[in-house]
Amino acid sequence: MVLKVFFPSCCSSAESGILIGRWISEQNSAVILAVVHFPFIPAQVKQYLSEVQRVTQVSVAVLGSWSNSKEKKEESLSEFLEDLGTIFSHEPWIQISKEGDSKFWSCSTLQKHSTHPKEEEIILVYYDQRKVMLSHLHPPLDTATSTENKADDASKLAAIFDTVARSRVLFMTDRYDDGPIKLTHWQSDGVEASIIVELLKQASVPACMLLTFLLSLISGICRSRVLKFWPWSFLWSKLSTCEQLGHRLQHLQVISSNKKAQNQTQLMRKANIFVSLLIDVALGILLMSWLYKKNRIGHLADTLIPVADHVAEELQDLLQWLMGAPAGLKMNRALDQVLGRFFLYHIHLWISYIHLMSPFIEMILWYVGLSACLGLTMALCILSDIVALLTFHIYCFYVYGARLYCLKIYGLSSLWRLFRGKKWNVLRQRVDSCSYDLDQLFIGTLLFTILLFLLPTTALYYLVFTLLRLLVVIVQGLIHLLVDLIDSLPLYSIILRLCRSYRLAAGVKFRVLEQQDGKPLRLLMQINPLSYGSVVQTYRLPTYSCYPKDSWTSLCKKLFLGELIYPWKHKGDKQD
Amino acid sequence: VTSAVWLAAYGLFAISENSMVLSAAIFTTLIGLIIYLHFVKVDQESLLVIGSLGIQVTSSYASGKESTTFIEMGQVKDVVINEAIHMQKVIYYLCILLQDPGDPQGISEVVPLFQSSKPRLDCLIEVYKSCQEILEQRKTSPQSS
Repeated sequence: MVLKVFFPSCCSSAESGILIGRWISEQNSAVILAVVHFPFIPAQVKQYLSEVQRVTQVSVAVLGSWSNSKEKKEESLSEFLEDLGTIFSHEPWIQISKEGDSKFWSCSTLQKHSTHPKEEEIILVYYDQRKVMLSHLHPPLDTATSTENKADDASKLAAIFDTVARSRVLFMTDRYDDGPIKLTHWQSDGVEASIIVELLKQASVPACMLLTFLLSLISGICRSRVLKFWPWSFLWSKLSTCEQLGHRLQHLQVISSNKKAQNQTQLMRKANIFVSLLIDVALGILLMSWLYKKNRIGHLADTLIPVADHVAEELQDLLQWLMGAPAGLKMNRALDQVLGRFFLYHIHLWISYIHLMSPFIEMILWYVGLSACLGLTMALCILSDIVALLTFHIYCFYVYGARLYCLKIYGLSSLWRLFRGKKWNVLRQRVDSCSYDLDQLFIGTLLFTILLFLLPTTALYYLVFTLLRLLVVIVQGLIHLLVDLIDSLPLYSIILRLCRSYRLAAGVKFRVLEQQDGKPLRLLMQINPLSYGSVVQTYRLPTYSCYPKDSWTSLCKKLFLGELIYPWKHKGDKQD
Repeated sequence: VTSAVWLAAYGLFAISENSMVLSAAIFTTLIGLIIYLHFVKVDQESLLVIGSLGIQVTSSYASGKESTTFIEMGQVKDVVINEAIHMQKVIYYLCILLQDPGDPQGISEVVPLFQSSKPRLDCLIEVYKSCQEILEQRKTSPQSS
């Protein structure tokens, strides 16, 4: 079988020595991690390797010898290197030698214990050690779900990435350390670290503890008995601002927990939440500064009252139109007048209420605008709640119209059954025939006729108010969609994919380098980064998202029957 | 497509007397061209088969972008030429059959190759023969060692 040697490109210019790494026998491949230089004592090398093995759980061993001679090949050196093979017994013993500055190296293997020595073909694969160490290989999304037979089916590439990533401790000693062993790997010129990162790490521990303490206080207050009383809990569940606040508090709790992230997904999630919160607050403060400049809040408050008045006037015009002959339909005069006057009175009440509140609007808006510093999502949620509050009268009208229409439809259907001589059997949940008395039939038929002829009027009112309510629901839905988008977008992952694309790997790609006859095949292994779509899909943050509860057919059915519709269902609502 | 867009823009300009329409049309056509070159127009497609490692499929677009997929040898079951009946003719395409991890006889996915360049049958036969040579070696070698 073909022998594959994965050689780190940083070791190409290293001096002669022995190769250490991991041998994966199932795939007949050797992953070389570092080169140990002369002089060394074999016993110390073996001790060092066993220590490394104990710490990293990677079976690191001496795999072969590497000779980099500037001049022509020296015979004595090659014999010395072969003798090394007897000291560190490893099957097979790989010998790689590079002459001068030539690109083509010669590799050979030494098999001592096999009965029939054969010429094995060798493929040399170069890889960038630092990038492979830092990257995280993502399995394809459809196979990630079936993890039962992962143990023995582990892909070859995953084994290689795993080996390099877990041998991090091997890369900690650089060539300036005074140890018995001198290594060459990607960090052998000095371990890289940055002061800012170290400072942040030190500062983050007390900051996390402070945050956890504050959060426990706040959640203690939230859960206290005071807030369980009826008005507060009702308001809490209805206002989307409070939900968003709860959601953000949860996020903060995740970030400020003291445990280190166990694996890649948790780390990415923490980072994503952190970046998302930061950007949110930054945008919110930007919005706030824009709002408070040039007294925009004052302008907003000034225009709010006339807008509310205008809406109320439009509604009044609409009702007057309905009370006349709307669209050429002829309404029942009396019922029309009753319903129209009823709704007009409500609008009158609403306008007086708004006028009562008008001196305080500016102050309220000013303080509410301050809460935008908690984040753009909070500002959007408050906007959505304000829209809901301002159009409360439309909601009321919709409920009145729907209830009336619903009653009428039920009455009509049951009287229609009476007309045909049938009855609804509640016990058996089906329609049975029934013999009615004559007076029952008479009154039933009369009522049926009355309801039938009053149907167009009620239906028209119901239609108008339902359309208005749907409009408001659509506007609120759009705002919530935007909030969800900001909440769930994994910004950190996207920025990582943009700037350090080797950290998120979907796979590898090989490039064939120049070849020479008699020398092994040379390939360059590079990391193939994940596409943006899969990045977003893998690292999406979960939200308390609202999605439509009913399908289109059931929605239409409910509209037809006059049942009240609450189109958005929140995740976590109990199923009824 | 470009001429249709520009004719429509000129018509709008004649009606609305606003020169922004013309510049907007030019801008849209330029952006559309760039998007087309970067995402749609494929310049070259290549297949690299390494017997012990796997199969790599690359397509390079006209703007220089290259998209690569690498399939490990353990997942590849076979490389075959499939026939498809499309409208009034029969077309041939080369595809890689992937192994189903649970069922050794089953196939989990079929990956078609050379979707944009669509070579003809004689070209496909040559590629098929070379692939089969390499895949044969993979089948025989584990038994010898």
